[in-house]
Amino acid sequence: MSNALPSANFKNWPVILALTLVSAPLVFMYIFLFVDTVTDTTAGSLIPSSFTLRHWDFLWQDRPGKSSIWLVTLNTLLFASATTVIVLTVSSMAGYVLSRLNVPGRGFFLAGIMVLHAFPSVTLIIAIFLVLQMVGLYNSLIGVILVKAALELPLGIWLMKGFYDTVPWEIEMAGITDGAGRFTVWRRLVLPQVKPALAALGLFSFLSGWSEFILPRTLAPNADVQVLSVYLASLIADDNNFDMALFKSVGVFYIIPVLILFFFFQKHLMNIYGGGSKG
Amino acid sequence: MRILLDNFSKSFGQTKVIENMNLEVKDGEMLALLGPSGCGKSTTLFAICGIHRITGGRILFGDRDISNVPSQERNVGVVFQSYALYPHMTVAQNIAFPLEVKRTPAAEIKKQVQAIAELVHIEKLMDRRPSQLSGGQQQRVALARALVRKPDVLLLDEPLANLDAKLRLEMRSEIRRIQLETGITAILVTHDQVEAMSMCDRIAIMDAGEIIQIATPTEMYHNPRTEFVAGFLGNPPIAFLRGTSDGAKFALNKSQITLGLPQGMAVPAAGTKLSLGIRPEDFGPNGDAKVPGTVVFVETQGRENLYDVKLEDGSMLRSIQPVRSDIAVGDKVTWGAASDKIMVFTENGTRL
Repeated sequence: MSNALPSANFKNWPVILALTLVSAPLVFMYIFLFVDTVTDTTAGSLIPSSFTLRHWDFLWQDRPGKSSIWLVTLNTLLFASATTVIVLTVSSMAGYVLSRLNVPGRGFFLAGIMVLHAFPSVTLIIAIFLVLQMVGLYNSLIGVILVKAALELPLGIWLMKGFYDTVPWEIEMAGITDGAGRFTVWRRLVLPQVKPALAALGLFSFLSGWSEFILPRTLAPNADVQVLSVYLASLIADDNNFDMALFKSVGVFYIIPVLILFFFFQKHLMNIYGGGSKG
Repeated sequence: MRILLDNFSKSFGQTKVIENMNLEVKDGEMLALLGPSGCGKSTTLFAICGIHRITGGRILFGDRDISNVPSQERNVGVVFQSYALYPHMTVAQNIAFPLEVKRTPAAEIKKQVQAIAELVHIEKLMDRRPSQLSGGQQQRVALARALVRKPDVLLLDEPLANLDAKLRLEMRSEIRRIQLETGITAILVTHDQVEAMSMCDRIAIMDAGEIIQIATPTEMYHNPRTEFVAGFLGNPPIAFLRGTSDGAKFALNKSQITLGLPQGMAVPAAGTKLSLGIRPEDFGPNGDAKVPGTVVFVETQGRENLYDVKLEDGSMLRSIQPVRSDIAVGDKVTWGAASDKIMVFTENGTRL
C-alpha cells in the first residue's frame, strides 16, 4: 500500500476485473448487434466474412407487406412526443394544485394517484380496448396517445408534486404581495424553480413512449398507425420472410434516438434526484 | 398612509392567535411589532399584507377598508425574513417584477428600477443573480423590490435575522435611512429589542396575541407598563427581586434585606407581594438603596464589565460598570440601587 494513492484503500484491479467479467456478455451482445447489421456471416461462424449495407435497405425501399419505415418512425415520434406534451402539461399543473392549493378532495386525489401509480396497468387493457372501440378511437394514434398519457400521469403528477413541495412558500408570498395573480405566480415564479424536474419528466415520458409496445400493439395494430416496436415485432412474427439481420438493423435504428437523448440529457436525468430549488 | 387595525382577530381553526387587537400606525411612521416567538406578530403582518384572511374586525389603509381586498390589490411591499428573491431572475428582473405585473411600460420600468436601485445602493449589481449576492446585498434587493411600486405600507418580517452582527448594524441604519427618505409608513416585525428600539418611532410590544404597550422606545424603556415589558427591553436585561411590602419598605424574601421604594409612591399594604425591577445601569457602588451580596460572575465586554451579584435569598442582580480590576468572583460587595429608578410590580406583573 505504500505507493498507492492516499484515497485508495483497496486495490483497483480486482474490482475492474470483476466488472469486466460481468459486463462482457452485454458488451458482446451490443457489439454483435451492430456488427451483424453491416456484415454477412457464413452460417455457424462467429467471424463476419464480408461487409454489406444490404440489411439497411429497409431505409430506402419498403419490404413487401410492410409499411414504410419512415411512416412508422414518424408515428413513433408523434406518439412519444404527444404523450410527453400531455404528461408535462397536466403534471406540471396538477402537481402544483395538489402541492399548494387547498382544493376540496385533496387527500382523496393524493391517495388516488398513489393507488393508480402502483396499479399494474396491463390488467386494464381489455377494458381500455372496449372503451376505445366504443368511442371510435380504436386503431388510431390519438386513442393510444391518450391511453399512454393517462397511464403515465400518476407518476408525473406525483413527481411534480414532490418538486413543488420543495419550492419555498416565501417565493409565492412575495409574488402575491408584488401584485401577481396566482396563475402568474405559478408560471413566472414557481415553474422556473422546477425546470430540472420538467426536463427529467419529459425525458422519462418520451423514452417510455418511444419504447412502449403493449398499448400500440393491442390498441393500434393497423399498418398505417404502427409504431417502431410493433413494426419490429411484426418482423419476427413473419414466418415467410424471416430475416434475422433485418431485425437487428431495425433494432439498431430503433435505439439510436434513445442513445442520442441519453448522451445529451443524462445530466437532467440525474437531476431528478437532486431537488428543485437552487436558491 | 395611516394603517388601522380595528378589533382585528385571527384564528387558525380552533386556535385563536389574536383577539380584538387595535393598533394605529400613523402616516410616515415606522412601528415595531416586538415580541417573543409565537406571540402573533408575524400573523398580524401577514394579515396586513393579505396572505392570511382575517377572521374578525377590520383593517384600514387610510380610510379604505381593505379587510376583504385580495393581497394583489392592497399595494403593500413586503420584505421577508428569507428575502424570497426569485432565484431564476437577475437583480434587475427581480425589482422589475412588481411593475411588470402591473403592465407598466418598459421604458418607465427601466427608469423606476434604476431610481430605486440608486436609493438602496445596488446599481452595480443589476445583472447578478440572487445566489451571487451576499446576505446584505440580497436584503437591499428585497427592499428595492418591495419599494419599487411605491406601496402604501412597507412590511418587514424580521429582515435582519439572517445577517451577521456587523451587517445587521449597517442594515439597521440603512433601512431606517431609506424609510425616512421615502417617507413610507413601515411596520417592522422583530423579536430583537435592540432592532426595535434603534429603528422605530414607536414600539408595540406583544405577548400571547395581545399588545401590552405602545410607546416610543425611550418611554417604553423607562416607563414599562408591566413586568413583561420591563424584562423584554434592555440588554443586559433587567433583574427582578421577589419580596413583600412591610408597609413602608420592600422586604426581600428569605432574608433581612429591605429596600426603599421610590419616593412619592403609594406604598402597598403590608404583606402585599411585590417584585422590584432593577436595571444593570441603576445598580452599582453609587446607588443609595444598599444591598449586600457576592459577586458570582464577571463578564468583560471591553468598555464595560457586567457583574452578577448574588443576594442572600439566592436572587441575582446585575450591574454594569466601567471596567475596574478590583472586583473578582467571590468578593463580597455592598452596592446600591438608585431608588428613584427602581420599578415596582405587583404579583400579576402590573407596574405600580
